[in-house]
Amino acid sequence: MSGSTVLLADGTLSDFGTKFWDVLQALVIFLGVLALIFFAAGRAVGRFSRPLTIAVFLGPALLLILVGLIVPAIRTIYLSTKNSDSTKGVGFDNYTWAFTNSDIQRVLINTLLWIVIAPIVTTVLGLAVALMVDRLKGQAIYKSLIFMPMAISFVGASIIWKFVYEARDPSQPQIGLLSQVAMALGWSHPPNWLLSIPLNTFLLMVILVWTQTGFAMVVLAAAIRGIPEDIVEAARVDGARGSKLLFRVTIPMIRSTLVVVLTTIMIMTLKIFDIVRTMTNGNFKTDVLANKMYSQSFVEFNNGRGSALAVILFVAVLPLVGYNIVQLRRERAVR
Amino acid sequence: MSVGAVETAKAPVKKRQEPAVKAIRRSFSSPLASFLILVLTVLWTLPTFGLLVTSFRPEQKVATTGWWTVFTDPQLTLSNYHTVLFEAAFGGGTTGLMPYVINSLAITIPGTIFPLVVASMAAYALAWVRFRGSDVIFFLIFALQVIPLQLALIPLLQLYSSGKIGGVRLFPESLHLTGTYWPVWLSHTMFAMPLAVFLLHNFISQLPREVMEAATVDGADHFKVFRTIVVPLAAPALASFAIFQFLWVWNDLLVGLTFAGGTAEVAPLTARLLQLSGSFGSRWHLLTAGAFVSIVIPLIVFFALQRYFVRGLLAGSVKG
Repeated sequence: MSGSTVLLADGTLSDFGTKFWDVLQALVIFLGVLALIFFAAGRAVGRFSRPLTIAVFLGPALLLILVGLIVPAIRTIYLSTKNSDSTKGVGFDNYTWAFTNSDIQRVLINTLLWIVIAPIVTTVLGLAVALMVDRLKGQAIYKSLIFMPMAISFVGASIIWKFVYEARDPSQPQIGLLSQVAMALGWSHPPNWLLSIPLNTFLLMVILVWTQTGFAMVVLAAAIRGIPEDIVEAARVDGARGSKLLFRVTIPMIRSTLVVVLTTIMIMTLKIFDIVRTMTNGNFKTDVLANKMYSQSFVEFNNGRGSALAVILFVAVLPLVGYNIVQLRRERAVR
Repeated sequence: MSVGAVETAKAPVKKRQEPAVKAIRRSFSSPLASFLILVLTVLWTLPTFGLLVTSFRPEQKVATTGWWTVFTDPQLTLSNYHTVLFEAAFGGGTTGLMPYVINSLAITIPGTIFPLVVASMAAYALAWVRFRGSDVIFFLIFALQVIPLQLALIPLLQLYSSGKIGGVRLFPESLHLTGTYWPVWLSHTMFAMPLAVFLLHNFISQLPREVMEAATVDGADHFKVFRTIVVPLAAPALASFAIFQFLWVWNDLLVGLTFAGGTAEVAPLTARLLQLSGSFGSRWHLLTAGAFVSIVIPLIVFFALQRYFVRGLLAGSVKG
């Protein structure tokens, strides 16, 4: 036993050694090249020194963006008009497939449910917590604990919740929290949660709500703190209290932040892939667009259909991000 | 709006009134509100707590009883962790999850440093070496956030394996990037660019002009100003972004799965956990320990550096 443990530790150690060396090498090369360029470009004088400076500072970022985002995006759009191994043009066949295949229609409906329900629930919950938490004793602890799931990966969060949803035959002792609670409340035969259509899709949404409520809470709390005092006071002098104060003053004053939070979570929801992949792998009618894109591209190896789904995702996300950008630019203009 | 009118109206009232924020909150504070927050916090914490407890319980107990029975039957063990980290059974071949823990670190450290350096240089150029079109470039970089990762995956994967993108050769095939960390590092750096340049530009452009000009008068070129003034002064913003990027890369699944696959040579923990949640789906004593191994590092980073994390969050999504 002790011999094998040492052996295993040895294997781990040498594995660690090689990989550490790879990382160190990469960092040294990267920073070394940079230092060299800085040194060389710093020597340049005359009319080339300014363009050279700009090229050195901005060049790497622009090159990475060009090679990593712009060119691949254009190429994916091009590939979406090709067949599975990109050898033959098929026009809009992949898109026709996406919008007529009943399987994909289900995916699109699920995706729509996700982007409507999950962000709204998250934002409303986040707002409620932001409004209620601040006067409590020990509020920092509550806030930290509600915020904490944001640091957990979607894969980790999915495993946490898969365990909550674990269902056993009602005659045996339950090990999943949800089944246990359901039975304690008098539901003698709770279902196998993740197999129950359409409940399972909503149970997956819970994971997103769980991880993002803290984000909504923090951002909205900051916005509430930023409401000018005189406005609230004026409203109070006029007799606004409770829900009137909330709906006539607070919410209108943080409207733009609310919208930014909502759209940010919507964008994230649209691209969500990890939760569905870990929980159900898209089975039991829970599949969404981003997961289907991955399956088509890297499991079925159909580059044409995978690309078409990626383009549909892009087109869906475009108005949301566009709106977000306009909103942010407007706020910057005001400042 | 006539600010003056509000100013004068407010003055006499001010002494009697409490600050505005408190006023808003007062209308939401009641025993009921406290109770709701308490319930919500417990709900939010319980799933993670159950995972943590289960990871310390013996296999037989985990399989037959709920984790809440630990309070009446407290049997705890560390053996699950030994199994998932070091024993071949859970690693699928070699030595448990340990190689994947190392991979996650090996991916995340350069995956944070590369974009941090490249983006802060670009942000400096766009803010302080202004030239014709620098505003347009800044806006274009920012606007590129519209491109979802998914739109870039297939062509990038082809690029890494063949050296070519759309028929244009960028590097020789003999470089053999596939199977190394490079595709993952490069992809994380590329995908981080739009947001990183935007966030860091916001901060770097607000550094005091006098300090910059004084340095230039003293004969420092842009390279020196960047090294000796911008980097130290922008340190809080750089730290905020670094924490974000660290958590993002550590928690990422899509990029890791696509460009590193699932092998012990390069795949991160998240990719391995995904496989295990399928094949080890019912062995909860191991799966919970494995999951906790993957979430403990981001949790430490999060709790230790929460202040920076919140600051970065607000800079990114509220102030813009």
